[in-house]
Amino acid sequence: MYSYSDFDEAFVRARVAQFTHQVERRLDGSLTEDEFRPLRLMNGLYLQLHAYMLRVAIPYGTLSPRQMRQLAYIADTWDKGYGHFTTRQNIQFNWPKLPDVPAILSALADVEMHAIQTSGNTVRNVTADHFAGAAADEIEDPRPYAELLRQWSTDHPEFQFLPRKFKIAITGAPHDRAVTKAHDIGLRMVKNAAGETGFEVIVGGGLGRTPMIGMTVRDFLPVEDLLPYVEAVLSVYNTLGRRDNKYKARIKITLHETGKEEITRLVEERFAELRPLFGGNDQKLLADIREAFAPPAFGNAPTDAFDAFYKADPAFRAWADTNLAAHRNDQYAIVTISTKAHGATPGDATSDQMRLIADLAEAHGHGDIRISHEQNVILPHVHKSDLPAIHAQLLKAGLATANVGLVSDIIACPGMDYCALATARSIPIAQEIATHFDAVKLEHEIGPLKIKISGCINACGHHHVGHIGILGLDRAGVENYQITLGGDGSEDAVIGEKTGPGFAYDEIVPAIDRILRAYLDLRASPEETFLMAYRRVGMEPFKTALYGAEGSRNAA
Amino acid sequence: MSRRFTPKVVTANRLREGDVVYLAADDRWTPHHHEAELIEDEAHAQLRLLHAASQRLEVVGAYLADAKAGANGPEPTHFREAFRTRGPSNYFHGKQADLTSPRA
Repeated sequence: MYSYSDFDEAFVRARVAQFTHQVERRLDGSLTEDEFRPLRLMNGLYLQLHAYMLRVAIPYGTLSPRQMRQLAYIADTWDKGYGHFTTRQNIQFNWPKLPDVPAILSALADVEMHAIQTSGNTVRNVTADHFAGAAADEIEDPRPYAELLRQWSTDHPEFQFLPRKFKIAITGAPHDRAVTKAHDIGLRMVKNAAGETGFEVIVGGGLGRTPMIGMTVRDFLPVEDLLPYVEAVLSVYNTLGRRDNKYKARIKITLHETGKEEITRLVEERFAELRPLFGGNDQKLLADIREAFAPPAFGNAPTDAFDAFYKADPAFRAWADTNLAAHRNDQYAIVTISTKAHGATPGDATSDQMRLIADLAEAHGHGDIRISHEQNVILPHVHKSDLPAIHAQLLKAGLATANVGLVSDIIACPGMDYCALATARSIPIAQEIATHFDAVKLEHEIGPLKIKISGCINACGHHHVGHIGILGLDRAGVENYQITLGGDGSEDAVIGEKTGPGFAYDEIVPAIDRILRAYLDLRASPEETFLMAYRRVGMEPFKTALYGAEGSRNAA
Repeated sequence: MSRRFTPKVVTANRLREGDVVYLAADDRWTPHHHEAELIEDEAHAQLRLLHAASQRLEVVGAYLADAKAGANGPEPTHFREAFRTRGPSNYFHGKQADLTSPRA
């Protein structure tokens, strides 16, 4: 794992000291709120519906046990004993008090963490495949490149006042677990005909009020060209991006209005100017970073204990079937710890749960922890013989729910329970859907399914790319929920299609129930997933299930 | 044609804690919506909002929120403001917990 250099350490400490003075000046009246607001946002501090919220970066979703324990300490000392993992692989603390924030930032700096650029019109936390460095299908660990991008973009003087926020996601595997096509820049590692590794560069994806799937502007970018090329994209966007209308300011609109060919031409032109300026220091730095991400020393031991438990213990078998993924070393497994116990708040972990995860990572996981954009926690390197012990401890902590990838593994943004931008609640909808399908015992029968819920059009819950997406809106002063079907955030990314009129708060769970019972009736076989069935039969049978035959025609 | 003025309360967040508060008729900032001053005159509402905005060491983000008269004082008319009176619905914490503790 990457460790801060002396420069990183000094930089982060200086920012903490600077913000400490800014908070003092706000509290003594030397700064007005208008003056202070951009300064607090530069340090990840929002004022939300009921309290301040501090968003802390977890670069490419990677945490050490020491860092996880410090997050638990922060939750206990300055918050309410829990943290909320987000779809951007960040953690948010929902209840800090303004005078305490400098101390929190200092505690983060003690473990090489910060909240810099988790807000504002700048390059945000660089996200990555949460199985990076472990996945069986991976071409190469993308995290060294993500770390290079993090260092390059942090406090980059040219990109602190972009037209809008800017999000970069990176994956090293053909199966896209990082939703690269819904980011401002998506980087997918590929091999060219000569067998060399490079990136497919996708630009202009994004969700929000104008959802768009990104366009490929380079089929193959040599890895050594990464920084100058990304800088060229940002440079062109910084020049052309619209500052007259914040709703049209993201690069997806720039791309749409300017045209892919013209943008590509401008990027390539700028790249030609920038390329010679990168004299190789970035590659030296990358080599050092790569060393920090060297694979752990994998053990070699029998996996008989795993096989025996798998045969004998149905609870363990159910958990193994849903929550484990294939590791590149077949003695090992990738463990996904679900934060989605039925009825729980998706993404929340208590300080005790965080400490247990840190202990498990230390004892059985080579000290590596990941946060997924799906708001779960990952132990990427676990020897199979350790899985029964891990499962037993997770069970005691309420963290062994066997539901990863199923109906209750829902992404939900904080919604109106926390967020000042939200127009409706998300969390209770997720809780009620999960509780309902657990009660009717259909979760495993329904099989792989991604439900994603957002509490406003900003789409932090990624509803557009949910197989079933739910968007909460304010319709004439009451909460109303619009459903989309057929979205997909994978390498075949698609924006979901609206079913028709929305549903009231107390109608939405029955509506999801009707959709899924319709799916069970019409699927060709149990192997045909909801998404496969939707692609085969289209919207109409689901509209009929939702609105009735007459309503289905009117809902068009 | 301008819209008819509807009753309002002045609301904001405390600068230090971020808590939701309401401006009472006696100029106190109270965590209880029902203790807020219900303002039925538009000119008076603007004056009260100016007064609130001037208290920059105490509150932040003051605005006028729709409300109506209730049996025990003003009540919110929109679900967003109703949530702000009590806190999140997934845990018993925030205002709903604080207001039952001795601190309140």
